[in-house]
Amino acid sequence: MSMKIVTAIIKPFKLEEVRDALTALGVHGLTVTEVKGYGRQKGHTEIYRGAEYAVTFVPKIKIEIAIPATQVERTVAAIVTAARTGQIGDGKIFVSDLEHAMRIRTGEVDAAAL
Amino acid sequence: MTFPLPRVALAAVAAALTTTPAFAQSTLDRGDTAWMITATVLVLLMIVPGLALFYGGLVRAKNLLSVLTQVTAIACMVSIIWVIYGYSLAFTGDSGLIGDFSKAFLAGIAPDTLSGSIPEYVFLSFQMTFACITTALIVGGIAERMRFAALLAFAVLWVTFVYFPLAHMVWSENGYLLKLGALDFAGGTVVHINSGIAALVGALMLGKRIGYGRDLLAPHSLPLTMVGGALLWVGWFGFNAGSALQANGTAALAMINTFVATAAAGLAWMLIEWATKGAPSLLGLISGAIAGLVAVTPAAGLIGPMGAIVLGAIGGAVSLFFCTTVKNALRYDDSLDVFGIHAVAGIVGSIGTGILVSPSLGGVGVEGYDMATQVWKQVVAVAVAVAWCGVISAILYKVVDVVIGLRVSKETEREGLDLAEHTERAYNM
Repeated sequence: MSMKIVTAIIKPFKLEEVRDALTALGVHGLTVTEVKGYGRQKGHTEIYRGAEYAVTFVPKIKIEIAIPATQVERTVAAIVTAARTGQIGDGKIFVSDLEHAMRIRTGEVDAAAL
Repeated sequence: MTFPLPRVALAAVAAALTTTPAFAQSTLDRGDTAWMITATVLVLLMIVPGLALFYGGLVRAKNLLSVLTQVTAIACMVSIIWVIYGYSLAFTGDSGLIGDFSKAFLAGIAPDTLSGSIPEYVFLSFQMTFACITTALIVGGIAERMRFAALLAFAVLWVTFVYFPLAHMVWSENGYLLKLGALDFAGGTVVHINSGIAALVGALMLGKRIGYGRDLLAPHSLPLTMVGGALLWVGWFGFNAGSALQANGTAALAMINTFVATAAAGLAWMLIEWATKGAPSLLGLISGAIAGLVAVTPAAGLIGPMGAIVLGAIGGAVSLFFCTTVKNALRYDDSLDVFGIHAVAGIVGSIGTGILVSPSLGGVGVEGYDMATQVWKQVVAVAVAVAWCGVISAILYKVVDVVIGLRVSKETEREGLDLAEHTERAYNM
């Protein structure tokens, strides 16, 4: 069975909502990273005495989920529904192929490891 | 012989209303002694951890420990130097420029030796903390790029050839500036203008930090800076009110001035920033407060509280101007604004003292006071401090650069001084 990695960059305050939506789908594991980035969302200006800094990077949360290819569509849909606010900066979702997976504790591979 | 403290002579003129001149007194006063011991410890608190944290929060995380170490090590070093020969050079002798070695190793001083109404040990400890903090302040101008060894070497030379003579000129009984009649209650020239100029010269000679003007060199922990700034304010009561050298009305005046000048300056900076940049910042409020403390330092026991409010507000505003407009226009990398806050507010305060000491403006007055003459004397004192410090600091930086090398390597600067120079990391998370 082929597997995919779904990578979602979302607004930080949306993390719990997205996680709840994924749990409801039966997704029981994911990895979360704090990241910075920019797309169309503008950054902000910070002022420290005389020094003004235009900070272009905006904090985001990156979620990575490994799932069977058959579940990609509804997983992506769930994330989009949970993470969308309609404002610029909602984020992006990327889907890429996953060649192998293994559970470290038991040695199970591929589908059994997900 | 224990000489009646020259600053008490100044304060005596100032406090003519309340006490007999201290030089008439030669018995131990327990109240004065208790207060001065406390004041001394308060000034130490200003250095560690006050100044250390104030500066520490302003640098990047990878350089926090280097700043803490630099400030603390300088305090330790200068303390030893002080008791070996510094006190003697600063506070003995007939020359107007520098003292002699008659009190080297604190010779001739015993626990019951008096300086005015307090033990001489207490007086010299109090003065020791001033030497320590003045030298430690320089760290702000050279932060994040100076070699630790070079800084220690420079500090030894600087305190010897710049600080001791200037302290002597301003505060010792035969000091040239004291005899001239320049007023400096707690060290506007000796401490603040002095360190500010030394920091600026260092910043210019070291050059800008890598990435200045391009990279984000923002403070890594403004909470630390606030804690440090608060400790500075609290400790400063020892600095200013302690400079009365007695527990009396002059100390009380210095205390109230240290409250209101600081408050006025903090508000002035914050409000101007609010109006011109759109938001009131914590850093602005704290910086303004420090500028006010600096401005009121030469004036603390000499002007009235209403004058202190004015002096603080002006000091804060002018400092803000130098830390923003002027610094950005001239583009020098005085990392932590030692020049912009200490030298500039110190100059404002020193000259303002000449004006606000006037009884017609609420000041305590000076014998034979004439405002124009007094202001001129203040200007001379400021000019002497700037010139003496500027020229000799430049020479000393150059000497250290040639012998050891002032600046860290590019790799060290990028990696961060904590790891590269001190093999430690501030945050292990």
